[in-house]
Amino acid sequence: MRAPIRIKTLTIDGKEVSAREGETILQVARENGIDIPTLCYLEGLEPYGACRLCLVEVKGINRLLPACITQVEEGMEVITNSERLVKYRKMILELLFSERNHTCSVCVVNGHCELQRLAQKLGVTNIRYPYRYPNLPIDATHDRFVVDHNRCVLCTRCVRVCDQIEGAHVWDVMGRGINSRIIADLNQPWGTSDVCTSCGKCVHVCPTGALFEKGKAVAEMEKRRQFLPYLTVMRGGKQ
Amino acid sequence: MTVDELQQLAVKEQEEKQRYKCCINICVATGCIMCGSDRVKEALEEAVKERGLEKEVLVKGVGCLGLCSAGPMIYIEPDGIIYHKVSPEDAPAIVQGLISTPVERLICSPEMPFFKRQVKIVMENSGIIDPERIEDYIAVGGYQGLVKVLTEMSPSEVIEEVTKSGLRGRGGAGYPTGLKWSTVAKANGARKFVVCNADEGDPGAYMDRTVLESDPHRVIEGMVIAAYAVGAQQGYIYVRAEYPLAIRRLRTAIRQAERLNLLGNNILGTTFSFHIELRIGAGAFVCGEETALIASIEGKRGTPRPRPPYPAEYGLWGYPTLINNVETFANIPAIIRNGGSWFAKIGTEKSKGTKVFALAGRVVNTGLIEVPMGITLREIVFDIGGGIPEGKKFKAVQTGGPSGGCIPEQFLDLPVDYESLTKVGSIMGSGGMIVMDETSCMVDVAKFFVEFCMSESCGKCVPCRVGTSHMYELLRRITNGIATTGDLELLEELCDLVKNASLCGLGQTAPNPVLSTLRYFRHEYEAHILDKNCPAGVCAIQRLEEVPA
Repeated sequence: MRAPIRIKTLTIDGKEVSAREGETILQVARENGIDIPTLCYLEGLEPYGACRLCLVEVKGINRLLPACITQVEEGMEVITNSERLVKYRKMILELLFSERNHTCSVCVVNGHCELQRLAQKLGVTNIRYPYRYPNLPIDATHDRFVVDHNRCVLCTRCVRVCDQIEGAHVWDVMGRGINSRIIADLNQPWGTSDVCTSCGKCVHVCPTGALFEKGKAVAEMEKRRQFLPYLTVMRGGKQ
Repeated sequence: MTVDELQQLAVKEQEEKQRYKCCINICVATGCIMCGSDRVKEALEEAVKERGLEKEVLVKGVGCLGLCSAGPMIYIEPDGIIYHKVSPEDAPAIVQGLISTPVERLICSPEMPFFKRQVKIVMENSGIIDPERIEDYIAVGGYQGLVKVLTEMSPSEVIEEVTKSGLRGRGGAGYPTGLKWSTVAKANGARKFVVCNADEGDPGAYMDRTVLESDPHRVIEGMVIAAYAVGAQQGYIYVRAEYPLAIRRLRTAIRQAERLNLLGNNILGTTFSFHIELRIGAGAFVCGEETALIASIEGKRGTPRPRPPYPAEYGLWGYPTLINNVETFANIPAIIRNGGSWFAKIGTEKSKGTKVFALAGRVVNTGLIEVPMGITLREIVFDIGGGIPEGKKFKAVQTGGPSGGCIPEQFLDLPVDYESLTKVGSIMGSGGMIVMDETSCMVDVAKFFVEFCMSESCGKCVPCRVGTSHMYELLRRITNGIATTGDLELLEELCDLVKNASLCGLGQTAPNPVLSTLRYFRHEYEAHILDKNCPAGVCAIQRLEEVPA
């Protein structure tokens, strides 16, 4: 006999919902049409919990919890859109915009960018923090793709998709704190990587224009992620 | 080795020591070695030899004697004389002093409050035993806790004893140790691990380093007892590479313990086996955070992951893992030997036992102290610390390193325990304690700690990575005299975000130095911003006309 699937009931923003044990708050919220903004999370990849946009309040717990990782529990009372959470989300976006050089008007994904979309949705119209304007390189050594560190938000979707789905682990993070950067192999030009299969998965999971296809002009690059749910289904939900 | 042989070894060592009339204990921990205690030791050995006293006088390298600012320190047994600031040239006089009268000019009174007011549990053998000889540790009752546990107690009885003691984690957060042990003991796993966190990194703090350098076997014994209690077979000590002497002594200690069968397979002839390996950190402060530490041991990039699941349930390679700080483990042998209720008598209602602090900054006696919980800050700073030098006025004391806060004068009578320190906006932390006088600018102090957190942030989560960088920039503007009141509002708002939205403890506590100084020394911030003036005269304020447009 199969082990029974346990069902948990909880409320999200006052709405009573039911969930399977092991599901995350984010999954259950989205199933029920409650939107929680995310950036580093991408269905099909292991959750990472780094962008902190999906933080939610849970009654009885002092800390804010990342919805993408926190599993549901019986009787949980989750609030996803309090004034405080909205304020934090806007501030996090402001921090991201001020961190590197995000100039939408000259970006290949202008109009198709997740960071841009989040800012529009949350109403971030100006950045109060001083722009850092770091001097960051662009690596166009790969035959088909380009990585522009100026637009990277360090969500590590590329790192995870390359490791968990493609199995090549070309990408990783180097450096600490504000100086962290995505690197190919052992910090070498992407084009010289022996393990890169040029599959392009990293390019298409990237939420911004940090990774894009060569030959695309401003606003021309659209990301296609259909392969991810397909691969997840083919793997029987296993990652 | 069996239990009987261990007891015989202890007796033999004690007899051996009694053959000597007196013993010159010279500190060979890092602090005193930096002042040249290794050369003093050689000179003393030479002087003893010259006088032909080798059979009567033993020159022994020992652990820290506490008063690090007055090193090299010497402690003479059995007379109880303490010498400070000894140089190699003093050696003949000191040896002569053993026979005639002690050398007056080097004497440091053991009656002074610095020594008298301390209560030693973790540091009880420090300054008494040679950290590089397991026999010395055994002679003073070392590994008796382990013997007791293996011969008389069940794992659950051990946990009960630790719970009864009321010991709380000495790494900073103060989580009840007994509760943590029982969680790991109950967790389900084919394997379990015990990890000792020796990745001490707070600026100015060196408690763990000193414990490891002075009495490494104590930590090992604590770990073996913990492993027995939770059912672990493998242990790791994660120690930072910046502590070469501690690493060397730990290696020696592990080898010695293995040779005497106090570590390894079938410890003391029982069915219990436990192995310890060292892991050397590569210099990242964040690896002191338990999930980052685990990632680092696993060979991955040292970044934290969200908890739960906690390491007690899902730790090293996914197995239940017990992680405790060096000082926590160092308390265990004494708790087992003397009983949990003995330990619970020391300290306050909610914070039991003693705490080791690295007393530093603008205070006469800087060094390592161990005090009972509940002692007031005033007693630490003015009695033990001897007050502020040069007649300057006390301003604040900073506890808990970059995660802690600055406590102003009005709270000097605050008892030192986990709850009281948290209430005033600081934390117990791992034990760094920096005293500041009127010559310190509190904005500058906050900037120092924020810069530390900024450069030690791992870069994983946005609030900590970018937030600390902006906080530093805003503080830099304030100390340069080019900030506006709007900047102060931005700073306060950022502190709130970084504190509440960051992934791990590093980010969540990084704003504490700013928040606590804003709470008690807001006028100093305002003086920088409104009057363009640094009251302490520390910051190089740019005049408005000098600022490039």
